[in-house]
Amino acid sequence: MVNKTYINESILNDDIKEWQKKNRTNHMAYLPGMEALESEVQGQVIRAMESYDYTACTIKDVSRALAHESRTPEDFAALLSPAALPYLEEMAQRARAETRRYFGNGVQMFTPVYIANYCENFCIYCGFNCHNKIRRAMLGGEEIEKEMRAVAGTGLQEVLILTGESRSRSDVEYIGRACKIAGKYFKVVGLEVYPMNTDEYAYLHKCGADYVTVFQETYNSEKYESLHLAGHKRIFPYRLNAQERALKGGMRGVGFAALLGLDDFRTDAFATGMHAYLLQRKYPHAEIAFSCPRLRPIIHNEKINPMDVHEPQLLQVVTAYRLFLPFASITVSTRECARVRDNLVNIAATKISAGVSTAIGEHVDEIEETGDGQFEISDARSVREVYADLLRLGLQPVMSDYIYV
Amino acid sequence: MEQKAQDTFILGGHAFTSRFILGSGKYSLDLIKAAVEHAGAQIITLAVRRANEGGMANILDYIPEHVTLLPNTSGARNAEEAVRIARLSRELGCGDFVKVEVIHDSRYLLPDNYETVKATEMLAREGFVVMPYMYPDLNAARDMSNAGAACIMPLGAPIGSNKGICTKDFIRILIDEIDLPIIIDAGIGKPSQACEAMEMGAAAVMANTAIATAGDIPAMAGAFRSAIEAGRTAYVTGMGRVIDKGGSASSPLTGFLQD
Repeated sequence: MVNKTYINESILNDDIKEWQKKNRTNHMAYLPGMEALESEVQGQVIRAMESYDYTACTIKDVSRALAHESRTPEDFAALLSPAALPYLEEMAQRARAETRRYFGNGVQMFTPVYIANYCENFCIYCGFNCHNKIRRAMLGGEEIEKEMRAVAGTGLQEVLILTGESRSRSDVEYIGRACKIAGKYFKVVGLEVYPMNTDEYAYLHKCGADYVTVFQETYNSEKYESLHLAGHKRIFPYRLNAQERALKGGMRGVGFAALLGLDDFRTDAFATGMHAYLLQRKYPHAEIAFSCPRLRPIIHNEKINPMDVHEPQLLQVVTAYRLFLPFASITVSTRECARVRDNLVNIAATKISAGVSTAIGEHVDEIEETGDGQFEISDARSVREVYADLLRLGLQPVMSDYIYV
Repeated sequence: MEQKAQDTFILGGHAFTSRFILGSGKYSLDLIKAAVEHAGAQIITLAVRRANEGGMANILDYIPEHVTLLPNTSGARNAEEAVRIARLSRELGCGDFVKVEVIHDSRYLLPDNYETVKATEMLAREGFVVMPYMYPDLNAARDMSNAGAACIMPLGAPIGSNKGICTKDFIRILIDEIDLPIIIDAGIGKPSQACEAMEMGAAAVMANTAIATAGDIPAMAGAFRSAIEAGRTAYVTGMGRVIDKGGSASSPLTGFLQD
C-alpha cells in the first residue's frame, strides 16, 4: 500500500517548492549509456510493496510471526506493522538471540572515507545536492593515499569509499584508482558511489572492491520522482537494479537501504527487505546487508528530521530485518547517537562505523582543499572509543572477517 | 586407563587422543584459551579470513601453541577459491591441515559437495591434510575419500542451528561404508547430541556455536568434553541392544534344537 499523502515537510522550503513546480524528465526512462537490465526483481518488489497493507496486520499475525522459526514475507509484513509495536521488547529479545546464533558476539568495525563531494543530482534532502552551496572537493591520488594511511593507522581494516554522485567528476577509473590505493591499507574495500553498469562493477571488483551499497532512498516511485528533481539519480529503475548489476559484475555482497523518513517508513522498510530477500533467492551466494538511515539535518537545512520515525520505530525496523533475514549484515551509522548505536549492536546490528567524518579530506591535516560534509553526524567517537565501548558491552570488535579471492 | 591412552584416531599421520574439535568463532578471543583447556581439545578450527586479520587483535595470538590449528576455507564459493584460501593459510603459518568449506548459499550455509570434491583433490595433491565439510552423501564421501581426504566431516544439521544430528541415518551409512574417520560437524547443539554422535561411532565431533552462545563458555566446553568421552567409551565398550516393544525370549525360533 503506497501512502500517497505522506509528505515530510521538514525537507521543504520555498525554493524547493518552486523547483518542484517545474516540468521534469521521465524518471522511469533510462538515459543513454545506462544498462537496461532485464530483471523480474523490480516488478516483484514493487508489487509486494503495493499490496502491503500494514493496517490490516493484527496482533495474531504478529505473534504467529514471532513464533515461526523461519519467517516468511507475510511474517516480515506483520513485524513491521503498527500492531507489532507493543511487542518491541519481545522482538528485540528474539532478534538478539538470532544475531548471536549467526554472528556470535562479533561486531565489525569500519569507517567511511569520502573522497569527493561533487554531485550532479538535485536530491532535495541531501547536503551534497548540486544546488546546495557547499565547499566542493575531490581528492587526488596522493591525498587519497594520505587519508587511507591515516585511517589505517587507527587500527581499522575495512573501509567504505564514498563519492558524491558525479560520473563526470568522479569517473569509474578514478574510483578504481581509489580502490587500488585502499587495497594497500585495508583488507576489506566497500563502495557507496553512484550506480553503474555491470562491466563497470566488474572493473571495480578487479580493482579490489567486493561490496556495493546503494540506498534506494524510497521505493515509492512517485515520491522518488518528487525528491530527486534532476540528474542521473532521478532514473528510478537504474538505481533499483544496481545491486543486481553489482552481483553480476562479481561483487561478493550488496547493501540495501531506504532513507527512513522520506516516505512512509513501514512501506519503504518492507520494500527494502523484500528487495534483499528476492535478490538473495536469485543469487544465493550473495551476502546481503542493510543500513537503517534516518534523515538528518544538512548544511543550509538544519530542520530536516525523520518525522514519525522515532527511536521505537527505528528499533522496530532493525529487529524486523533481523528476524526476517537473520543472516544479513546490519550497519548502524553515525546518523544515530552513541546510546542508540550501542544498544542496536547489542540487539541486532553487526557492523558499526567509528572515527567518522562525512566531509572530504578530514582524516589528515595536510589536505588544504577540504569539502563539506553530507550530513551531520551524531556519534563522534574515535575508533579506540568505539572499540573500548564494544568490549564493555561484552561484544567482540572484529576488524576483518574476510578474504579477497 | 591404559586402554583409554591407546584410543587414538589418526589424521594425516598425526594421532589424536581428544575427540573434540573446538571452533574458535563467534566468541571473544580472550576466552579461547580457557575453552581449549576445559574442552581438552587438541585441534581448534579457525577461519583463515579471521587469521588474516591484523591491526588490533590477531586470533592466532590467542590460540595455545600445543594445539593443532585446523584452518577452514570459509568464504570460498568454489573449489578454486578454497584452494587459494588454503594456500594463504599455509603462507600465514597455519600448517598443513585444512578444513575445506565451499559454500555459495548465504542463507543456510550448506556445503557444495561437488566443488568440495574438486577442492579436496587439488589440495591433497599439494600435500595438505584435507578435511572436507560436506552434506552426508555416500557417493560424494567416496569421491572425497578417493581424492585423498584425511577424514570426512558430514553435517548433522545446518551450521549454527543447534538442532542435533538430523542427518543421522545418512551419517550412519558413512560410518559403515567409509574407511576414513567420520567427524560430525555442524548442528550439534547440546552435549547429549555430541554423546549420541560418539555412540554412533563417529571418530570425533566438532562444535562451535553451541559453546560460543553458552552462558559460560569454558564450562560448556567442559560439558561437551565429558559427553564426548562418555559416548566414545560407550561405543568402544559395545552397547547393549535396544528392544522396541515388549520383552523377548532368548531363542524363540531356535530353542527346539537339541544337538
